[in-house]
Amino acid sequence: MQDQVLDEAKRQLAVCNACRYCEGFCSAFKAMTRYRAFDTETVIHMSNLCHNCQACYHSCQYTVPHEFELNLPSALANVRVESWESHVPFPVLSKLFQSSPLVSLVSVVVVSILFWLVAGIPWLAADTFYDLISHSVLVLIFGPLFLAPLLILFVGLGRYWKTVNGERITRQQLADAFRAAANLKNLDGGAGQGCNYEKDDRYSQSRRWAHQATMYGFLLCFASTSIATVMHYGFGLVAPYPLMSLPKLFGVTGGILLTLGTSKLIYLKTKANPLLEASSRRGSDYGFVTLLWFVSTSGLLLYWAGGTTIAGTLLILHLASIACLFVSIPFSKMVHGFFRITALIREAQLQRT
Amino acid sequence: MTPDLPEITPNKELIRVGEGVIDFDVVVVGGGNAALCAAIRAAETGASVALFERAPKDYRGGNSRHTRNFRCMHRDPKGVLTGSYDEDEFYDDLLKVTKGNTDEDLARLAIRESESCYDWMLGQGCFFQESLSGTLSLSRTNAFFLGGGKALVNAYYNRLEAQNVSIFYQATVLDVVIRDRRFDGVLVDLNGEQKYVRSRAIVLASGGFEADKDWLARAWGDAAKNFLIRGTPYNTGEVLKRVLETGADQIGDPTQCHAVAIDGRAPEYDGGIVTRVDCVPFSIVVNQAGHRFYDEGEDVWPKRYAIWGRLVAKQPGQVAYAIIDSKSKDLFMPTVFSATVTDSLDEMAVQLGLSRDQFLATVNEFNTGCGRGEFFPTELDGLETKGVQPAKTNWARPIDTPPFYGYELRPGVTFTYLGFRVGPDAKVSFGGLPSDNVWAAGEIMAGSILGEGYLAGFGMTIGTAFGRIAGKEAGAHARSSAG
Repeated sequence: MQDQVLDEAKRQLAVCNACRYCEGFCSAFKAMTRYRAFDTETVIHMSNLCHNCQACYHSCQYTVPHEFELNLPSALANVRVESWESHVPFPVLSKLFQSSPLVSLVSVVVVSILFWLVAGIPWLAADTFYDLISHSVLVLIFGPLFLAPLLILFVGLGRYWKTVNGERITRQQLADAFRAAANLKNLDGGAGQGCNYEKDDRYSQSRRWAHQATMYGFLLCFASTSIATVMHYGFGLVAPYPLMSLPKLFGVTGGILLTLGTSKLIYLKTKANPLLEASSRRGSDYGFVTLLWFVSTSGLLLYWAGGTTIAGTLLILHLASIACLFVSIPFSKMVHGFFRITALIREAQLQRT
Repeated sequence: MTPDLPEITPNKELIRVGEGVIDFDVVVVGGGNAALCAAIRAAETGASVALFERAPKDYRGGNSRHTRNFRCMHRDPKGVLTGSYDEDEFYDDLLKVTKGNTDEDLARLAIRESESCYDWMLGQGCFFQESLSGTLSLSRTNAFFLGGGKALVNAYYNRLEAQNVSIFYQATVLDVVIRDRRFDGVLVDLNGEQKYVRSRAIVLASGGFEADKDWLARAWGDAAKNFLIRGTPYNTGEVLKRVLETGADQIGDPTQCHAVAIDGRAPEYDGGIVTRVDCVPFSIVVNQAGHRFYDEGEDVWPKRYAIWGRLVAKQPGQVAYAIIDSKSKDLFMPTVFSATVTDSLDEMAVQLGLSRDQFLATVNEFNTGCGRGEFFPTELDGLETKGVQPAKTNWARPIDTPPFYGYELRPGVTFTYLGFRVGPDAKVSFGGLPSDNVWAAGEIMAGSILGEGYLAGFGMTIGTAFGRIAGKEAGAHARSSAG
């Protein structure tokens, strides 16, 4: 990790720790009060605990033009993104995926072409998806595509756990952490007023809602795929499934939530102040959210377009976007969720000891 | 920050011609807590309100930016406030710090008003938080603003925008025209352009004069040049001075200011809360010549930090040095600037620039005089020195365990006491008679209640209570005289 990024965060935290007016906003500030000085491990832990609610910035007496020049949301964001890169294997890929929003776009196109070559000409008459690409081919492609990135991700999380001196995890700590994630406690502002983001120093719940729609939408889609896999292999029930089936109910609901959530997130981001985020990642964040949006929107369109001539092309694009999403999990903004839940677990450990 | 306050010569021509370029029902001068409360209340009466804040938007809010709580009377646990805190206990606390130098009627009015302030503030978009770590002793008496004073100020400005109040930043009021207790208008520099603004009522809430070091120098001599100003550089007292010249009744010691000992490396202005150094009770404090000059352990720090501003101000160069050893290094709030750390006292003297031989002799004498007994950092433990002048009466442990930690201390001015005499309706009095249409709120009239000393969070109580009264009265007056 770059020393200057860490040093700047440490400098700012020293000012914050002598002030502590923001203590009530979030877990990161509560964690701060445990320390008198900040070593690298602590700064990394706090950076992943920070949810970038930006409330501390807008409440701060010491922001520019004050000579202390505090901007803690940005200082911690810069540490945060570097902490992902420095813990997840193949940092080159992290740098690539986070360099530009175009990487996601280009990779979807490239993978689409690959799929197209694999599947042959897609718009030949097809009644079901598996006429286009057989289920075995799908599993063959997506199995490794899914498992390899997860493996890489968990190696990264393991390294991170070591960095932050993580201990044996208890059920209680998991419960604490997942509860905080489930309602996005750290974006509620401490008094339930929400966070600062798209409306400058005014609080709002928009980002929290949009994020949770995205997160739950994603989880529902994931559940849908998992259930379908069990139905396929466990019970020999082969897609397509009727509307009143678990995969469809989960998938359609999740897809709608995901599309709405990501649309709102993109809109909010256009209104937000770029100076309060990781300085180099704004573009790739757009790329990541757009990719998520495309996955869900193409999935939903596919549902309506079933049996029409564009279904084939759409399916290829949809599957290609999913493949890109999977592959990029350890390297894209997607990692934030995994690191953050890990940080919340570690924080639960530190708070309870 | 280094203040960049332009010299502006008032163009009196504008006043003489009486060009009311802009016309409002109520003009509020100032942009901190009291001004904002007044503007909100005035706007609620239906009056058209203009608020002139001298600072640019980034620095709006005066000293309120640096505050963190307000003292609040309450009968039962209320929101973040624990237990109860009734009028008499509140008033007793005030009597203790002011040594009776207060106006009982006004003080009790502010105290009673504070009870309803809590809910009112919530209604304006302010949020509270539990007492900050290290301030448990205030959890019953003081309600902390979530995010501190700047967050509170932000909420109030947002409220004013929703009320369509005209907010002018970088608006310096150059003159206030008051004839025979009656206000006519203000001459104001609006971002470089001078205007004469007429209104039916005015609320003066532009703070004290602590940022004007020449003014401070009248009481302190050249020593004032070495003072640090903990708050806004914009409180130079221009409006206070002008209005006193028009015959307003003065209250509070004109030469005095509230000063505390802060980190000597703090910025000249606007250093705020983080510049505090809380280690004094566990330290020995010496001047440049290496002499101790006061009992560092007289009482717990929250009760003594205010007298140390004066003590340090009287030392050569207005500087002193607190030195602790490693036994005490974690007993106080973290400091924003790191300490000078050395392995020997010799080296400490060199690094801090102290008179070496005298410093070593002082420490030696002190260490020899330290008695035996149990040390309790959080209470008066009676661990005192014997045969040392001046004695240290609590927490006296020898400074003998390296590494040693040294902090430079300088006087940091918080606020001034000089202001206007007001009545219970917050109207400024002129020659003992209430003015026709001039109200005041906040630091500019706090001397009426706080003759000396300070009670944590009480400045914000006065500002909120009298800001609300002044705004409501001024709004109502303007509406009725608009006919």
